Amino acid sequence: MRLIVPLQSVVQGRGGLIFGSLIPCALFYFLQLYLKRHRSHNPQSSPPSPTLSSPKLAELTRTSSRSNLFSRGSNGQVRISTRAISIAKPNDSPYYIGLEKASEDPFDRFGNPDGVIQLGLSENRLCFDLIEKWILENLKDSMMGSDDGDLNINGIATYQPFDGTLELKLAMAGFMSHIMGGAVSFEPSQMVLTAGATPAIETLCFCLADQGNAFLVPTPYYPGFDRDVKFRTGVELIPVHCRSTDNFTLSITALDQAFNQTRKHGTKIRGILLSNPANPVGNLLSREMLHAILDFAREKNIHIISDEIFAGSIYGDEEFVSMAEVLDSEGFDKDRVHIVYGLSKDLSLPGFRVGVIYSFNENVLAAARKLTRFSSVSAPTQRILVSMLSDTRFIEEYIKTTKRRVRNMYDLFVAGLKKLNIRCADSSAGLYCWADMSKLISSYSEKGELELWDKLLNVGKINVTPGSACHCIEPGWFRCCFTTIVEEDIPVVMERIQKAVKSTTNLSNSS
Amino acid sequence: MAIEIEKPGVGLSKVAVSETHGEDSPYFAGWKAYDENPYNESSNPSGVIQMGLAENQVSFDLLEKYLEEHSEASSWGKGAPGFRENALFQDYHGLKSFRQAMANFMEQIRGGRARFDPDRIVLTAGATAANELLTFILADPGDALLVPTPYYPGFDRDLRWRTGVKIVPIHCDSSNNFQVTPEAMEAAYRCAESMNLKVRGILITNPSNPLGATIQRTVLEQILDFATNKNIHLVSDEIYSGSTFSSSEFISIAEVLETRGYKDSERVHIVYSLSKDLGLPGFRVGTIYSYNDKVVTTARRMSSFTLISSQTQHLLACMLSNKEFSENYIKTNRERLTRRYDMIINGLKNAGIECLKGNAGLFCWMNLSPLLEEPTRESELALWKVILNEVRLNISPGSSCHCSEPGWFRVCFANMSEQTLEVALERIHKFMEQRRRRN
Repeated sequence: MRLIVPLQSVVQGRGGLIFGSLIPCALFYFLQLYLKRHRSHNPQSSPPSPTLSSPKLAELTRTSSRSNLFSRGSNGQVRISTRAISIAKPNDSPYYIGLEKASEDPFDRFGNPDGVIQLGLSENRLCFDLIEKWILENLKDSMMGSDDGDLNINGIATYQPFDGTLELKLAMAGFMSHIMGGAVSFEPSQMVLTAGATPAIETLCFCLADQGNAFLVPTPYYPGFDRDVKFRTGVELIPVHCRSTDNFTLSITALDQAFNQTRKHGTKIRGILLSNPANPVGNLLSREMLHAILDFAREKNIHIISDEIFAGSIYGDEEFVSMAEVLDSEGFDKDRVHIVYGLSKDLSLPGFRVGVIYSFNENVLAAARKLTRFSSVSAPTQRILVSMLSDTRFIEEYIKTTKRRVRNMYDLFVAGLKKLNIRCADSSAGLYCWADMSKLISSYSEKGELELWDKLLNVGKINVTPGSACHCIEPGWFRCCFTTIVEEDIPVVMERIQKAVKSTTNLSNSS
Repeated sequence: MAIEIEKPGVGLSKVAVSETHGEDSPYFAGWKAYDENPYNESSNPSGVIQMGLAENQVSFDLLEKYLEEHSEASSWGKGAPGFRENALFQDYHGLKSFRQAMANFMEQIRGGRARFDPDRIVLTAGATAANELLTFILADPGDALLVPTPYYPGFDRDLRWRTGVKIVPIHCDSSNNFQVTPEAMEAAYRCAESMNLKVRGILITNPSNPLGATIQRTVLEQILDFATNKNIHLVSDEIYSGSTFSSSEFISIAEVLETRGYKDSERVHIVYSLSKDLGLPGFRVGTIYSYNDKVVTTARRMSSFTLISSQTQHLLACMLSNKEFSENYIKTNRERLTRRYDMIINGLKNAGIECLKGNAGLFCWMNLSPLLEEPTRESELALWKVILNEVRLNISPGSSCHCSEPGWFRVCFANMSEQTLEVALERIHKFMEQRRRRN
């Protein structure tokens, strides 16, 4: 919050008495207004004690940040950085609020049938039985190495290369190639492993852009990018709006316009951040489009980050083409392309924290390698994954089965929505569908969309992600993940949507 | 360093091209020499012995024994019922059972003299990430942290590289065993002010790396008072707290706060990790313990970039909550480190080398200043090169730790077998004899 910084320097006495009293009052008024609009907790007045649980900490955060502004001189509360102040604010994005509500009151068909059904987290829970079976059959041999039958922890306990062991890189290269249909092979030496795709994106941003620079990103986009790209790097995201008339496909014209507009304002664009398969829409970038984007990047001399984390979650008939494959055919100018991958979606292991930066640029790889000391993959996890990923028979079966089950859920879910006259964008990948509920909102605006989101969450008790959280320019679109539920839950979801839509209670003023 | 657009290639950021990662310093150059010619008892007995890596390998057998006897730690129970939940768990709050186990372990290390609330523990993938994260939270780019010298060379990278924050050293010297003094802290603060830098905090390592000694209670009180007077933060990196040779000699900042009734505690943050005490650097387990609610909330959110694998959290939660294991481990580890320390100190003494009196850590702080041609950094580096190339030992020169007095070296003793340590001591003995004969 840029408001806070000048205020602090004023309070410190550099602004004079008049500024010192007028400006704080005015800003305090606006701050109150802002807080009132987004208030969902009761402010507390007692000082923090060491034993509070986390939800309460979020409330106190807001109170103590207010007191920090005005009582800094008197009780001398120690200051935190400008970066931290904006991160400490209570999270008012529907994306996070919905996730929290769903985790506090999770739906369970038998244990908690009135709980919130989680459709806002793109997780694949359909194939755990396969992984569990593999674990039971293989864990003992895979975890520790054995020297003549004795456990040997030395191999996994000691310092490992921060960017991942060669064994895991080899296994991962093979897995990625397999997932992408064998059309491209990956070099372990061009791979850097990170604790999840989240630090992979952040690390790339640190390597490719300076504070104040920007990346172009097609909308709608994954809400987490706002955190991954902006939190600590100081790099901006410039949206390039896509529209339903094109099924939310990126257009080079829009890219070009956004580029020129941003440059006019004096901000340097360092690259384009893509998700392919796209999140939240679920469509794929065609080979022609990939070539066109590459040409554009070449012309402007900028980077391309291609987040391909859903590459293995293809349920449609369209073919997935990786940026790596296109580069193979082009044969030159590979220095500007960097691919991000991870095991959170395709292998359903988000807790294990395994991400990949795959780059063709030696300098980027050198810098990224050094940066992985801040976010490395844990050694025991590396060990178990080497085994799992190298088990090609298991991987083949897993990929085949996932595709079948995700396709099945997609068909049933989209058909269910169709019966309610809710159509979805054309998609062939991901763990979600992009539903058009614009006809169901009271006013064709973000406000109307958020009202519907609120009803869906609090009346319908289903958590879906509103398009505005994804920076979608057209109101009324919602991302619904369907791989966190089972077939039997789908009719329940559809009933609840109807219930929420029909409800006339206006909840937005009561919280 | 600006990136020119006219260059044929596509540009990189300042962070990517900066040298702040420090990997060109002697601290890391020695590692390269070791990598190229590593000592091996049987296959390469004349290779370079690595004494520059502070790793604890003396207690692996205890860990292996535990894992053998408790397969539930490395699996997810019979039929793997807990697997699914664990594999999906990416909550930045971390596993409650693991945080509880960490809090208990930290209490045990401090002999129960301080209490730790699991809800104040933030998990990170290693102490490296914890220190960087705290720096992001406590200081803005261009601000400064005060750090007593000599300090861990990694701080130059961890605290400065991506954060843009500067380090202003608090100079300590051998006249009082390199202890921090109020005068030295004041001088550093004034120095920062004269450079127009805003000081946001002071970061201490206790027990100290590279000194291998704990900070005395009076000094801790002085440091806390200084931080309070200047209204800045105090970060206490206690990564070696479980590696003290006697349990009573280590005093944590947590104990000082407890005796003060937690007054002014919101400026204090403790960093801990299992890389040294438990010898598990490959597991990537670090924590931030903060008495400041806003810092806890912010650190937790930021930890999304550096989460600990849920599999690892589960394993360690089982292991560390086993009181029998943890008590025995702490005690036995301490005993073995003490034995190693005595061995190296006596060996060095017999060779005519004095060390700073130490009581903790995985290394000793050796004084080779009598051997220097001149009391300069260049002389020290020349001597370091001789030791690396002729004696074939990789030790860390004090200059890479920003020590203001040349001639001191950090020598690690816990990352090798006793036999290897004997070989190293023999080589040093021989080297010192040759030197004496030459003179």
